[in-house]
Amino acid sequence: MSSHDPKDPDMNDTTVNTRPAAGPVTLTIPNPSQRERANSEPVLQLQGVSVSYGDYQAVRGVDMTIGRNEITALIGPSGCGKSTVLRSLNRMNDLIPGARVAGRIAYHGQDLYARDVNPIDVRRLIGMVFQKPNPFPKSIYDNIAYGPRILGWRVPDMDALVQQALTSAALWDEVKDKLKTSALALSGGQQQRLCIARTIAVRPEVILMDEPCSALDPIATGKIEDLMHELSRSYTIVIVTHNMQQAARVSHRTAFFTAEVDPAGVRHGRLVEYDDTNKIFTNPAEKRTEDYITGRFG
Amino acid sequence: MSTTTTTGTPAAVGDDVARVHAALTSRQNRPAEVLFKLALQFCLLVAFAFLIALITFALYKGWHRLDARLWENMPTGRASRAAQAGVQSAITGTLWVIGLTALICLPVGIASAIYLEEYADNTRWYNRLLELNIQNLAGVPSIVFGILGLGLIARVIGLGFTVITAAIVLSLLVLPTVIIASREALRAVPQSIRHASYALGATRWQTIWRQVLPAGVPGMATGAILALSRALGEAAPLILLGAVTFIRFNPDSLLSSYTTLPIQIYNLIKEPQAEFQELAAAAIVLLLVILLLMNSAAIGIRNRFQKRW
Repeated sequence: MSSHDPKDPDMNDTTVNTRPAAGPVTLTIPNPSQRERANSEPVLQLQGVSVSYGDYQAVRGVDMTIGRNEITALIGPSGCGKSTVLRSLNRMNDLIPGARVAGRIAYHGQDLYARDVNPIDVRRLIGMVFQKPNPFPKSIYDNIAYGPRILGWRVPDMDALVQQALTSAALWDEVKDKLKTSALALSGGQQQRLCIARTIAVRPEVILMDEPCSALDPIATGKIEDLMHELSRSYTIVIVTHNMQQAARVSHRTAFFTAEVDPAGVRHGRLVEYDDTNKIFTNPAEKRTEDYITGRFG
Repeated sequence: MSTTTTTGTPAAVGDDVARVHAALTSRQNRPAEVLFKLALQFCLLVAFAFLIALITFALYKGWHRLDARLWENMPTGRASRAAQAGVQSAITGTLWVIGLTALICLPVGIASAIYLEEYADNTRWYNRLLELNIQNLAGVPSIVFGILGLGLIARVIGLGFTVITAAIVLSLLVLPTVIIASREALRAVPQSIRHASYALGATRWQTIWRQVLPAGVPGMATGAILALSRALGEAAPLILLGAVTFIRFNPDSLLSSYTTLPIQIYNLIKEPQAEFQELAAAAIVLLLVILLLMNSAAIGIRNRFQKRW
């Protein structure tokens, strides 16, 4: 974790991907499903996690382990609780009145919901990219610089940090001449990459993505997917997606959630199966998983 | 139909055109349609006509008093000098009172709105009670605020009939408007902006101060200007707060005696001399011009900053 020390004066000596400014991001990673991941130590461990909104239990009994530098996809039909689980990983659920998390979510062994844990710090280390691109109504530059500024970092060269974050998000070449213009003038795909760059700028270890491509066209989606491959070298990524092809294309591991109806007639999200993406999409253990991925959703 | 062959004669084609034309135009100009539109236009005209009548009348009557005398000279109590009288003390008094009102009611109102929108848990009964009361306060007659000011602020607290008393009372009067308008402005800031900020590790205060407030400023400014223009035209509560006294000097401190434009107009109208009547009309024009300018500014700000996402 020393590489994530915010007070590290040498901004280049970090795990942030410091590719040269010029040149597009090229895919240098083989098919992620075949990639060697022998040393993927656990980053997030969920044990018996249930999330409730008021009296309603949205998800119950989720157990899963998310490994370092892996891309984990959460898939499943609407209302199965995958976004709820995602938001509980960086305590964004705290912002919803009445939301409660039971069970244990551990980040490198530390319970994220322990009494003395500050959600502000959790979210810095476990960043989030949202479904709809949500740049601040400020300049591109200020969007990136916002995070380091609010965290009170003494950044010796903010310009370099901004360039580095934008480069890592494969956006630098497109915006380098208009850093001072409004981020809202960018296209949807560019805005989403800006949001990723903004997240990278605060040097998280984990990036959560909540259907990051659902508002984008196929070309923009392709760029984000390429970017995710690239980012998984330095970051652990958890992505919620409705697009099963996307889950198959980008993720190493896939968790399939579905909604179960209990005897009282109430729907609860459940984790059905969690395994290597290859296995889930070619030889799932559960009938329900197979039905869903083959389109016979029941 | 005999005319629908592929080689129809020109006459038959003309027939079709006529039929299609009839089918596409049959429902035009239905009386109810026209009547409804006329009724709507009439209602608009009524609202507008009174404004025009007011402005025309005031302009007509006060036209030759709309000169430097109006703001260079002090009011006079003597009929012999009626032609030279001005309303300078009322103008400066209004500036003092409205300026102070803005200083008091804007910070308090915006802070209240921030609490209600960003901090208050709506499921708590006391927060809902607060909201309900603010809505109710917005409907309380202004004279009631005047009575409150007279009893509590002028007498019990002992600030007397001064600029500060008037400003406090007018602040209380327009506070609900400021709060409601500011809340709307804050609510219009997309939730996604807040989430984006929190997701980067921002605290609630940082998120509000650096994202929500700047994004809400145009809406809040609009509401603030409209609230202040209401305070500007308000006379009733100030009648109880000593503004009716005859003032021949400009206020120079928070504890000065004062008068304001609406009150001055009210006083002048009561005088029998034609010169005073004309002066009142000129003061009305001045007040209307200030109000129109303020409202135009509000509309300008709203249009300038509308829809930034």
